[in-house]
Amino acid sequence: MKFKSLMHKVIGSLALLPLIPSLAHAFQAAPAARADYNGWTPHQHWDEVWHETMLDITILGVVFAIVTFAFMIMYRRKGHGERGKMPKLSAQAKVGWVVIPCMLFLGDDLFLYVKGFDLHNHLRNVPADAAEVKLTGTMWNWNYVDANGIDTDNELVVPVGKPVVLRMQSEDVLHSHYMNRYRLTEDLMPGRVTWEWFMPDQLGESVVTCREYCGTMHSGMYGKIKVVTQDEYDAYVAEQTASVPAGTAVASADKF
Amino acid sequence: MSGFMGHEPDGRPGQPKTVKEWVFTLDHKVIGVWYLIGAIASFVVAGLAASAMRIELGSVGPDITDNGDIYNLWLTMHGAVMVLGFQIPALLGFVANWAVPIMVGGKDMAFPRVNAMSVWLLWSGILLALANLVIPDSWNGMWTGYPPYSLTDGAGNTALYSFIVVVLGMSSVFGAVNLACTVAFMRCKGMGWFQMPLTVWCVFTANVIQLIFVPVLAASVILLSLDKYLGFGFYNPEVGGDVLLYQNLFWFYSHPAVYVILLPFMGIMFEIFAVSARNDVFNYKATVWSVIAFIPVSSDVWVHHAYVAGLPDWLRLLQTFTTLLISLPFGLLMLSLTGTLFRGSIRYTGPMWWAMAAFMMLIIGALTGIPNALSAVDYGISDSYVIMSHFHYVMAVSGSMSIFAGVFFWFPKLSGRMCNEFLTKATAAGFFVGMNIVMGPLYLAGIEGMPRRYMDYQMFADNATIVDAQHWSTIGLYITFVSALLTIVTWLHGAIAGEKATSANPWGSESLEFTATAIIPGQGNFPTPVICPEGWHPYNFIDNPKPQFEPHPGTSGHH
Ligand code: HEM
Ligand SMILES: [Cu+2]
Ligand SMILES: [Cu+2]
Repeated sequence: MKFKSLMHKVIGSLALLPLIPSLAHAFQAAPAARADYNGWTPHQHWDEVWHETMLDITILGVVFAIVTFAFMIMYRRKGHGERGKMPKLSAQAKVGWVVIPCMLFLGDDLFLYVKGFDLHNHLRNVPADAAEVKLTGTMWNWNYVDANGIDTDNELVVPVGKPVVLRMQSEDVLHSHYMNRYRLTEDLMPGRVTWEWFMPDQLGESVVTCREYCGTMHSGMYGKIKVVTQDEYDAYVAEQTASVPAGTAVASADKF
Repeated sequence: MSGFMGHEPDGRPGQPKTVKEWVFTLDHKVIGVWYLIGAIASFVVAGLAASAMRIELGSVGPDITDNGDIYNLWLTMHGAVMVLGFQIPALLGFVANWAVPIMVGGKDMAFPRVNAMSVWLLWSGILLALANLVIPDSWNGMWTGYPPYSLTDGAGNTALYSFIVVVLGMSSVFGAVNLACTVAFMRCKGMGWFQMPLTVWCVFTANVIQLIFVPVLAASVILLSLDKYLGFGFYNPEVGGDVLLYQNLFWFYSHPAVYVILLPFMGIMFEIFAVSARNDVFNYKATVWSVIAFIPVSSDVWVHHAYVAGLPDWLRLLQTFTTLLISLPFGLLMLSLTGTLFRGSIRYTGPMWWAMAAFMMLIIGALTGIPNALSAVDYGISDSYVIMSHFHYVMAVSGSMSIFAGVFFWFPKLSGRMCNEFLTKATAAGFFVGMNIVMGPLYLAGIEGMPRRYMDYQMFADNATIVDAQHWSTIGLYITFVSALLTIVTWLHGAIAGEKATSANPWGSESLEFTATAIIPGQGNFPTPVICPEGWHPYNFIDNPKPQFEPHPGTSGHH
């Protein structure tokens, strides 16, 4: 077939593309209340999307692998002079084998995109009641200053159940603040303030590491986030602020 | 003795005899071999660095070094040399130089002298990179060279880094112009664009991508040196610059660069799949268009390397979408590869073992790329072993196995000898199993939170998954190491003592480098200019007309 008429068919079939979003929409269960996200914390939401994505790629992989293995076994060369018997594709089949797979791929892409978009909104919208903590990265130290003016290195103590937002900046090179339990990474750099927020939902400690290469001791730049009960937290604040003069709290809050 | 004699239609010797002839050669095949030697040497160096890292990471705490700078030097060398010294030269050097001109029926590259310059620029780059191992202020800023770290003294010799990148970039640009012209103007009579082997299409497209994007990379690293040594402030916020500028410029090139690697090695797979299955490439024309589609698609996805870098949210969401769109042309290529086996007549030759193993790694690598495309998911796995494992599957392992498949595939044409078939298959299996044990467990470690570029992981010492994964990964390394070593032994053995090739076309290909040349193609490749007759196609294994030759001036044209 002439290339031009083939091209017309391809372009014509693009008219079918609007089918795909509807397909993607059908996949996506209608959310009851978006702002509620089924009551998940952001990292539970992350786990949920992660597992769905893993399921998605596992299914794709298994289907693809089964077909490939089947071909590999079924189509071994039997006789010496045997040749492949690839059927000749009609012009329609040629176009169909482009358009239909593309629609399927695009359908899956959009299906995942919608989930990612949802998660993105969850992770990137800070709740109004979040407590602010200022985080400064230097080679090779994490310095946290919370709203009470408590200044700690490589350890952040927060009360359970209250969202926390970190306002972050680096004083030297790039660093990246990764909170293992909360599944969040964001870079720190000079000249720009970046942020991430998380919901401490479980008592105990979790690991914080640096995830942007920052020199010799990059792998030594780690700390922890300690989640305590409100009572323990109040006691902690009272003990820590006893020595801090009032008024220094989050001196640079105006920066944000 | 291996060499390039073959037929010598005009009486000129086909094979360089002296060192001088080898060095000053303008023959694209000899230059291709120089690229190959450089690439394999780079693979050895970078592989040793990888082995050192893997041994260090085998258990918590120092194993063979407790010095972060030394580990970082190994890692920098490994990443940079594998990408810039091994894979790109093997694909855009060896395959592009040795195979492409013959595949399109040309007698050489379009500009043989420029070609010689490209290869020696590459060698200069490799030697400069090796110098980094011995100079006092060696560069340890990784192959990515992010500022502000790369502007500090701690990062070492930034000028060397910029210079190496520019030298290699020049080599690439000269090579790319040359190859694009070769494909456009040196094709033999009768070969239309849609009669070119897919390897040619893939290498051609990769070179177009190089031409568009390499200058951006060169600019980004030159600005680094201007900043560091001359006090310019492109990347310095204190004087109005922006650190993120670099990441945007760098990935604007370096994302497309992954297709510069991916496309040619998939091209090798297509060649070997089609020849081994004696089957037409499934939906050939659509496949070609998918390859070309990578040019626009690859240009607008670079932000997926910087989802957590502090760029605006709308940009992250936009490029999540464009990144997912890569699945369209890529999916079609995968479909074509599997489709090429459909109703085929597959013979599992040594090269086919390597290509099949590469294909399986590619399936895993491609699928593990999908979660990374989603910006919100990336917040949890950015810069972790999840990413490290993914790109080793999709690029490092799949790419190397395809490259090695290609070396085994064209080996008889290079040396006139065959590699031992058992060793070829055994090393393929060993490399495949070994690399899965290296990189599979590390994916799980990544899910548990293991960051990349770490020389140690004492913060995860009580995480059994991470500790076990690191342990198994190092065991996998030993298997890989032995297999890689044996692969090289197999080549050496093949070149020196292998069985003599009895046919110019041992795998039954329909492509010109096998059907229209002597066992070892001589100078000028073809006795007289080759002509593709009406209806000829490189993947027609049923009733393909034989390539023809123009009559030799002054003879009756006995070919
Ligand atoms: C032959 C077996 C190989 C092994 C055992 C291996 C192992 C490793 C290890 C342990 C790391 C560093 C992990 C970290 O600390 O973050 C690494 C990083 C890397 N590897 Fe490999 N690798 C191999 C082959 C390759 C190949 C063939 C390539 C070709 C492109 C490659 C490209 C890279 C790159 C680009 C990095 C990242 C460097 C960076 O973080 O700047 N590797 N590899
Ligand atoms: Cu760091
Ligand atoms: Cu990329």
